[in-house]
Amino acid sequence: MTFRKYLVLAGVTVFAAAGDSMLSHGMKQAGNISLSHLQNIILALLNPWVAVGILLLLAFFAAYMNALSWADLTYVLPATSLGYVLLALAAKFVLHEQVSPLRWLGIALISGGVGFVAGGPALTSHEHSKSPPFDSAQGELLAKNAINQAPAQDNVHAVSSGVRR
Amino acid sequence: MKHAYTWGGILVVVFASVLGDVLLARAMKQVGDVHELWRRAGLWAVVSRTLGNANFFLGVTAMAVAFFSLLFALSWGDVSLVAPAAASLTFIGNAFAAKVFLHEKVDRRRWLAAVLVAAGVALLAG
Repeated sequence: MTFRKYLVLAGVTVFAAAGDSMLSHGMKQAGNISLSHLQNIILALLNPWVAVGILLLLAFFAAYMNALSWADLTYVLPATSLGYVLLALAAKFVLHEQVSPLRWLGIALISGGVGFVAGGPALTSHEHSKSPPFDSAQGELLAKNAINQAPAQDNVHAVSSGVRR
Repeated sequence: MKHAYTWGGILVVVFASVLGDVLLARAMKQVGDVHELWRRAGLWAVVSRTLGNANFFLGVTAMAVAFFSLLFALSWGDVSLVAPAAASLTFIGNAFAAKVFLHEKVDRRRWLAAVLVAAGVALLAG
């Protein structure tokens, strides 16, 4: 995991949370949309909150796809759930809303879950190792190491080509 | 009857979003590490390889189905039930699907994480 990859995961979290809340704020200003008043959708798109919210969600999608290209789905998803924690913390410290004990428990559970996953390897699936290595010499070396005994430092690659349960 | 509609809607949302996540994850694994690809071949290669991937399009379609069925489910049931139920069941479903279809090594650590996050999301969104 490089610093850049952590930045991408942070982007997934922050863009999703910020995009969702801006969209929700904007849609409350824009009012109801029903099938009989479809023109309201266009009016809603002109609302700056809605427009920026959509842009942020597009940025979220780009970061999400980026993360999925080098990490497992079960690694990236808990990171996205940190967005819920961010929203609850923002509600408490920025908007000064009341956060109930049950919600604090929810925050603790999500944080615990993310901590569990973050401690492990980012990539364990086989498919990734099938794609040709970018540096063939390094790729061969990694494959050899994985077959024999993997160095602890490179556990990501080791698991990706090692024995699957 | 309304209950059945609500839970049916929730199940459709969960199924479609799990399907979408799995397809998108598979698509991006086929594209390969975008940081490497970008460095070797430029941004255009990343974009064209992603948009040219069939799984990517199927995944986006499944996500769109999930989005619209969520709107329907929300019109049948309470937000306080539909939103947390759909979100947390999707986490559990994704852990299963990632193990079966993506061959990810979902060990005890990741199962525990999926269950903790699902419970936490249910509490926060509820």
